[in-house]
Amino acid sequence: MRVTFEGREYELRPGESVLDGMARHGVRLPSACRSGTCQACLLRAVSGDPGPAARRGLKPAWAASGYFLACLARPPADLVIAPPGGTARIPATVERVRRLAADVLSVRLRPGRPLRFEPGQHLTVTREGGVTRTYSIASLPTATGDIELHVRLYPGGAMSGWLAGARRGAAVTVGSPAGECFYVPGSPRAPLLLAGTGTGIAPLLAVARQALASGHQGPVAVLHGSATRPGLYLGTRCPAPLAAAARGRTVTWRTCVLEAGEDIVSAAVAELGVLAAGPASARAFLCGGPGVVRRLRRQLFLAGMPLAAIAADQFAAAAP
Amino acid sequence: MTTELSLYERLGGALAIRAVTESFYRRVLSDDLLAPYFDDVDMDRQIAKQAAFLTMALGGPHEYTGRDIRAAHARLGPLGDEHFDAVIAHLAAALREFGAGEAEIAEAGAIAGSLRDDVLNR
Repeated sequence: MRVTFEGREYELRPGESVLDGMARHGVRLPSACRSGTCQACLLRAVSGDPGPAARRGLKPAWAASGYFLACLARPPADLVIAPPGGTARIPATVERVRRLAADVLSVRLRPGRPLRFEPGQHLTVTREGGVTRTYSIASLPTATGDIELHVRLYPGGAMSGWLAGARRGAAVTVGSPAGECFYVPGSPRAPLLLAGTGTGIAPLLAVARQALASGHQGPVAVLHGSATRPGLYLGTRCPAPLAAAARGRTVTWRTCVLEAGEDIVSAAVAELGVLAAGPASARAFLCGGPGVVRRLRRQLFLAGMPLAAIAADQFAAAAP
Repeated sequence: MTTELSLYERLGGALAIRAVTESFYRRVLSDDLLAPYFDDVDMDRQIAKQAAFLTMALGGPHEYTGRDIRAAHARLGPLGDEHFDAVIAHLAAALREFGAGEAEIAEAGAIAGSLRDDVLNR
């Protein structure tokens, strides 16, 4: 068995783990427990199959993206591996910019070559002058290859202000889509709980639509939280694309306005109780500011959800 | 010929340890005596460490040295036997939930208990 890493090939002995084999060749990969619990030796298979044992205990989204644990990997065939992060950049153009609300833009980008992504992942956008921001993808894959982002418009925002005035065809570059907050088939009856604040609702809407498009049967509840009532930029009624995707399946849309005393964290825990016979069977998807995502994750965990069933995407602190 | 399986193996290996650890940690975070100590702790790192510790305590394959355990707990300020006993009780309850026998729970408790002086900075 051969492992290719950073352009060089390494031979594994029969039964040898990727971690041990690479170490024998003098390549020290990050590792700690060597028994599959700490996940410090996480790697990504670019091609080839690391074997099911190497994905033991990983979040489904990670396993689906090729991630595996080097300490448990005894690959049945040759493998090309990479460190867990991705770096390639792709040129893209601005196709359309539309206002969804006073301070939210819908930005449609057309990548110069097809971009593989899962609805709900995020990517970095760089404009002229090198200004770079990360945005979640609000759309499902389309025939044109266009992707849609929901962008919070900040007063004097170096990227959002530029996008607000960008002409069609304006050039940007985008990075590889990343993030673990996306739907993974395999548990079609699992209740899905999606909770997002601000523009964090955009990727979650895409995740919910993707789940329904993939034939998900379990109930789906989507919660949109906002500090103020005008911040509910998708409205208080279930958005049309989500309602259209339901087709007989149970889809719930709830909104929580913090200044009206409606806390999305307690609403999410209450919704989990309604959705799931046992919280251990549910899947959750969270997106928004770091404080609220951290609280959501903790409270859903305390309510009985395994951490591996909670996919969370935290926005970095807002940079203008 | 008899095969002596460790409690780690009998519980089902790494995946079960993960579940036991999450149950244990859930109990700790729900305990008013202990929860305040975990307010600013990164849940993922904490669970990974606890899982490595449990793997060791239950006789699984490990490289757990625990060498930072005294320093890590000294930072938390004064801790007493009541804290340590509460943690051991939550560990026992989590193991019980996943089908461990009382003798095995006592065995794991004894290994965890051997860290009492380090944790309590004595």
